[in-house]
Amino acid sequence: MLRFSRSKIIATMAIIVIGLLLAVPSMMNREQRQAYLNAIPSWVPSWLVPSRAIVLGLDLQGGSHVLLEVDAQDLLRGQITLLRDDVRRILRDTRVSSQNGIQTVQRGVQIRVPDAAERDRLMPRLRELSQPIGNAMLGQSGGNSVQINTTPDGVITLTYTDAGINERVRRAVDQSIEVVRRRIDATGTTEPSIQRQGADRVLVQVPGLQDPQQLKALLGETGNLEFRLLAQPGATDVDMLPMEDAGGQRVPVERRVIAEGGDLTDAQPAFDSQTRQPIVNFRFNIRGAQRFGQATTENLGRQLAIVLDNRVISAPTIQSPITGGSGQISGSFTVEQVNNLAVLLRSGALPAKLTIVEERTVGPGLGRDSIEAGKLATYVAGIFVVIFMFATYGVFGLIANIALLVHVGLIFGLMSVLEATLTLPGIAGIVLTIGTAVDSNVLIYERIREEVRSGRSIVSGIQAGFDRAFATIIDSNSTMAIAALILFFLGSGPVRGFAVVFILGILTTVLTAVTLTRMMIALWYQWMRPKVLPF
Amino acid sequence: MRLIRLWPENSHFDFMRLRRFSFPLSAAISIATAIVLVTIGLNFGIDFKGGTLMEIQAKSGQANVAQIRQTAEGFGFGDVEVQEFGTGGEVSLRFPIQAGGESAQAAVVQKARDTFSNEYEFRRVETVGPRVSGELVQSGTIGVVLSVIAVLFYLWFRFERELAVASIIGTLHDIVLTIGFFVITRHEFNMTSIAAILTIVGYSLNETVVVFDRTRELMRRYKTMPAEELLNLSINHTMSRTIMTAATTALSLLALVLFGGQAIQGFAQVMLYGVVICTYSAICISSPMLIYIGLRGSESVKVPEGRAAAAE
Repeated sequence: MLRFSRSKIIATMAIIVIGLLLAVPSMMNREQRQAYLNAIPSWVPSWLVPSRAIVLGLDLQGGSHVLLEVDAQDLLRGQITLLRDDVRRILRDTRVSSQNGIQTVQRGVQIRVPDAAERDRLMPRLRELSQPIGNAMLGQSGGNSVQINTTPDGVITLTYTDAGINERVRRAVDQSIEVVRRRIDATGTTEPSIQRQGADRVLVQVPGLQDPQQLKALLGETGNLEFRLLAQPGATDVDMLPMEDAGGQRVPVERRVIAEGGDLTDAQPAFDSQTRQPIVNFRFNIRGAQRFGQATTENLGRQLAIVLDNRVISAPTIQSPITGGSGQISGSFTVEQVNNLAVLLRSGALPAKLTIVEERTVGPGLGRDSIEAGKLATYVAGIFVVIFMFATYGVFGLIANIALLVHVGLIFGLMSVLEATLTLPGIAGIVLTIGTAVDSNVLIYERIREEVRSGRSIVSGIQAGFDRAFATIIDSNSTMAIAALILFFLGSGPVRGFAVVFILGILTTVLTAVTLTRMMIALWYQWMRPKVLPF
Repeated sequence: MRLIRLWPENSHFDFMRLRRFSFPLSAAISIATAIVLVTIGLNFGIDFKGGTLMEIQAKSGQANVAQIRQTAEGFGFGDVEVQEFGTGGEVSLRFPIQAGGESAQAAVVQKARDTFSNEYEFRRVETVGPRVSGELVQSGTIGVVLSVIAVLFYLWFRFERELAVASIIGTLHDIVLTIGFFVITRHEFNMTSIAAILTIVGYSLNETVVVFDRTRELMRRYKTMPAEELLNLSINHTMSRTIMTAATTALSLLALVLFGGQAIQGFAQVMLYGVVICTYSAICISSPMLIYIGLRGSESVKVPEGRAAAAE
């Protein structure tokens, strides 16, 4: 009755051995792990060797978690500017002039063309601006990006639709992830994790980073660089921009852009050979070099405005034509500012401003303390349980304890292979799954006692105990699993780490507390042939 | 060797009688919780309230709390809570959310770092903007509500309707009492607290499910036994398991409370309280509840005597 088929024993043992082997790398520190990997003979295929250690959450190893949000308002402003330029170009091409020029309205632009014939000429071109939304490969998802309304008296309004804005936000997040990655890589930070979160957010996690100020400074800039000319007195078509050299005083800058960040092929921090000041050397692509060369030739003696994110960061006087395609940005910069500037220029501009909506930083000291405390607590809890189980159930308690050790080992193995992150609440989760695993064994043992007391033989008592307790174990673990799953889907960060441990713990409970325990008890019975229950 | 027995074999304790005390007691505590919840309210952490939390530790090992408080209040970022904890000169500072949207929060951190970083090590810095905190409140609430609904469906599917309803009542009771615990102890209520509550939901259901599993089994064996007697029998049968499990879980949690470090202590304290409450409610609330709800509603067609028994 307690017999197990050979194949079942082999399968169970195989799962357990593999699971425990997967946990081995997590039990070692970095050097030990390296030594162990080196000790494996080279003829063993690498996929056979468990090498992944468990990933520690930022709360345990220290580091920064920064949640950024694409500023949809900023993005929309930029889009409206583009739309205005497009409409202006179309008006010019079709030689239609609009009364009162182009007005900016809430989500787009408005023009007034009273003449019906002109409108007929204009409308087909304007409609080109309204593109269907969706992936070209997957087909349209419905709707256009821009909605065009006309009134009988000739007012034409072009506005971005909700779908159009959402689509732009989605693309902006994708672009931002790329730019953010390039910027963070440039700082030499190891193993940053950058991922999309929700519709309009980017989550940046950098282990080991203690002071995220530099990171935040780097991500807080759009990085939109433009070379424009400082306007001469009396010029129209100018923007009034704050100038950093002049203490934030506003100066007039021509609206025409000579070259922009997108034309750069490289930017490096350096020191000026004469003044010993930190500067940024940059190089243009062919188009940029041409335009820059032409503009500097034509405007000798005038001041060039180097505009970053609508601030004039430097305004050198053009002393000679710069036709070689390279130049430098100098100003009163610190070394750190120059480094950041070079990174910003190399990595390109963000499609819109990113706002920091959440920041969590744990110092490495606290992380170390937490993991030490967590380990200690787990050991103490484990020892409590082991002694308690043995004192209550004797041999059966010993068997349950072995199963319990395997259970914790399996959780570690599964977490390593799934690359799940162990967080501080995760450690609490391990302690709690010890509780649920013990509960399963207790349920079984109490039931066995009851069955034997009511007159069954030991063998049939054990058998009945396992069978009857099984339904209860499934019911109780399922209810817990439901709560844990919801926690997993709704939680974030450490809380999710707790849910993962809990779910895995519930899965392995069934294997260890039911199957493995039963197998060990069957072996024990065949070996000892006891006449009474040992507890 | 003598093995430990925490509960006598063949016990016949009349647990159902306890309801005369437990029902009024729980009702009173629940009402009291509702009152303190409304009047005092939960001590929301920055996860839900937004704002900035910093934990700093004096490099010298001795923190000057009064000076920190005075300096921090001088920043002009509103009411700041300064608290010393632990023994190694650790101090926590909590700043309220700053007006001016998401980006305004950064100035607080910058100012504090500039001021304190010479003498203090920044152990933890958390800043949550107004929008994120709103979303966390929402997802936390949805989480608790959804899990209760999901579990209700599971129970409905696996058990008779009466048993499912009684266990949900027990679970709600445990949630209410846990919230009361948060209000009274002024434990910070944050995302981790939601995790604790959901775990308590799991544990609470586990307790009732184990008892009700037995109830269901006995119902089939003793078709004419009155509800009260049947429930008493179920609890007495499962009692030694209940005590054993509660004791081991409580011991493990006690280890977390004592040695888990400051960050995990709060969570473990709530869970420890939860284990006690869940064990109590499974025995003294959910089970006796069945006497009123009726035990054999869905089986009454097959077993007419059962209805008579349940209705007494």
